[in-house]
Amino acid sequence: MTKIILPELGEGITKATIACWHAKVGENVVIGQEICEAVTDKASFVIEAPAPGKLKSISVDEGQEGLVGGVLGIIE
Amino acid sequence: MKMVIQDWGLINYTEGLERQKKCVQNVIAGAGDHLILCEHPVVLTLGRMTNPKSLLYQRKEIEGRGVMIADVDRGGDVTLHAPGQLIVYPVFNLNNHGKNLKSYMERLQEVAVDLLKNFGILAISISGKRGVYVGEDKIISIGVGVRKWVAYHGLGINVNTDLSLFELIKPCGLDVRMTSMQKLKGHPVPMQDVKAKVIELFQKHFL
Repeated sequence: MTKIILPELGEGITKATIACWHAKVGENVVIGQEICEAVTDKASFVIEAPAPGKLKSISVDEGQEGLVGGVLGIIE
Repeated sequence: MKMVIQDWGLINYTEGLERQKKCVQNVIAGAGDHLILCEHPVVLTLGRMTNPKSLLYQRKEIEGRGVMIADVDRGGDVTLHAPGQLIVYPVFNLNNHGKNLKSYMERLQEVAVDLLKNFGILAISISGKRGVYVGEDKIISIGVGVRKWVAYHGLGINVNTDLSLFELIKPCGLDVRMTSMQKLKGHPVPMQDVKAKVIELFQKHFL
């Protein structure tokens, strides 16, 4: 099981909104695949699958805010 | 590593975006930073955070006026590009610039403020607001996308932009008035002079 984490984006940035998921729950993903996109007020940041496997769950839906270092979803 | 400078002139937004994406792939693959300068024919671009209310007319009505609308993968709300607005796309590998999105954005703002200072315009950054302002009026918009820590998109500098076009939208979703270097100076500002200064300042701040 691998957690998809919202990475550090820079000092002072503590959260970001998930603009979209490019993969659906249950879908197989490969490592490095662009899996979702986080946005701050003026920047968008593409997040990649940290491991291969099936996207088991999404914990921050589109339009919701995630915390830096927090879990966005699980791959297993 | 040397910065590659490219001037694409006036280029259709969609074509420019495709070329920019190829450039991003090249930089991800190890090419040096690219600084791209261009202008676009009139187009509204909708960032990931666009509020539908930021378009002040129906989409069909806007397109009926010959204004193209494009959805883009950058942060922020709606913005407008048009001839006379200098677009700067720094396609930079942030792994070589501190890997810090916030400080990168701040450095872009510093370049923007410095640029205007060189043309005798006193501009400021407003805390909590991206972009650069002269008084209450916005003159430069900033929006960035990041893929594998390579940044793309960038700055829209209103040099000689037809400001009446901004009546179509709430720029960046804000109740803000836009201004231009031309308006502030009282005469058109040579685009080549602005381009030369942009190149000089990016080399100063990022090399």
